[in-house]
Amino acid sequence: MAKYECPDCGYVYDEKTGCEREGYPAGTQWEDIPEEFPCPDCFVREKPDFEALEGKQ
Amino acid sequence: MNSAVTPSPSDLMGTVNDEQVSAEERKWAVAKRYWYLITLIVPAILIFSGVMAMETQSGQWLWLLTVVFFIVIPIVDFIFGADSFNPSEEEQETLKGDRFYVKILYAATALQWAGLVSMTWVVTQGDFSWFNILGAVLSVGAMHAVGLTMSHELGHKMNDKAQVLAAQICSACSGYAHFNIEHNKGHHKDVATPEDPASSRMGESLYQFALRELPGAARRGWDLEASRLKRQKRSVFSIHNELLQTLAITVVAYGAMVYLFGWMALPFLLITAAYGWFQLTMANYIEHYGLLRQTLENGRFERCQPHHSWNNNFKASNLLTLHLQRHSDHHAHPTRPYQLLRDYQDAPELPHGYPAMMGMAMIPSAWRMIMDHRVVEWAEGDMNKVNIDPAQREAIFSKFHNPKQATP
Repeated sequence: MAKYECPDCGYVYDEKTGCEREGYPAGTQWEDIPEEFPCPDCFVREKPDFEALEGKQ
Repeated sequence: MNSAVTPSPSDLMGTVNDEQVSAEERKWAVAKRYWYLITLIVPAILIFSGVMAMETQSGQWLWLLTVVFFIVIPIVDFIFGADSFNPSEEEQETLKGDRFYVKILYAATALQWAGLVSMTWVVTQGDFSWFNILGAVLSVGAMHAVGLTMSHELGHKMNDKAQVLAAQICSACSGYAHFNIEHNKGHHKDVATPEDPASSRMGESLYQFALRELPGAARRGWDLEASRLKRQKRSVFSIHNELLQTLAITVVAYGAMVYLFGWMALPFLLITAAYGWFQLTMANYIEHYGLLRQTLENGRFERCQPHHSWNNNFKASNLLTLHLQRHSDHHAHPTRPYQLLRDYQDAPELPHGYPAMMGMAMIPSAWRMIMDHRVVEWAEGDMNKVNIDPAQREAIFSKFHNPKQATP
């Protein structure tokens, strides 16, 4: 399970927990997250801006 | 044009220089912690003015907060000038963890409601002229505007459930249910682009902007919440709809006031709420006037940077608005708590604080005289770099377009 971090505010998207609040249930893979996904904390960075953290295959 | 999607760190760091901070500024930084309590004074003045109006039976008291907001604050700004203090990295760590700053917001939220209830009581129970009731409407509107500043600050901390709930309670005071959703997910994402109803365009008057912004933001807020609920496979009319949750708080509270104070409370509450929204619109109008993010080669807009927001650094109005006027840093880093927001030396600068700028925005010709040339200087004469009202495009190009004045 991989993790991806917002380069602005430090929010971490963890595939294990997903982001229930925005409608992406636990286990949602990063590749299934839409391209225009905005950071759910700061909303000023989008999926392509996120940086992969440890655990990336 | 910057072709990178992510701005370089030097763009985002501002011009903080620890060595230049004088002993006097250091002293100010310590005192500032308590000066933020000034935001509590706004509802306190409103309550005081209501009590005085009832005690003396003289309705002019109901104008008090309006006078303080539009006349006293600009004068105090003029006297005390700018606040050049930016916390060092070390100080930022201390400030970040200090719960005192959040507690001010919670206290202010409670006082906002107390202010609204007490003024509604005064207006419905007292015997005041329409002119003095107008003063009460404008005063409550000014309080709502400051209240939405609190709500704005609370609502940006999406990872803190208590703050998000407080933001809902705070927005509900002025019935602005869609604010927190729309502002974070809509305005911050689209700011300084033609797609944003909450970013004003050069040549657009405050009133034209209000007609575009008020319905545009409401629609965007609703659509954003509907699509979130759709992803969660829930109905848009579910109990999980945060917009409807906030609206429910307003309906229950306003309903209780109508029940307690009589039917006259209803028009008063609705008119003050509408005027409160208009005051927020005034703030939105001045925050990004004419500024435009460039389109990158990949078709996306460049990332929001400090020069995409008008900045202002006057001491008094910045305390009153929780550093909202340090708007460049706020938009570059929306999750930074208010006590950490920094001034940017190289951000476009408004000549006065928000209350004074709001007053000028109400007179469109005065606004354009003061602001249009600043937009032109910001764009270095290249009007292609400006967010222009389409109806004014030709007139503005023929009057201002002169890209040669750009320095290579």
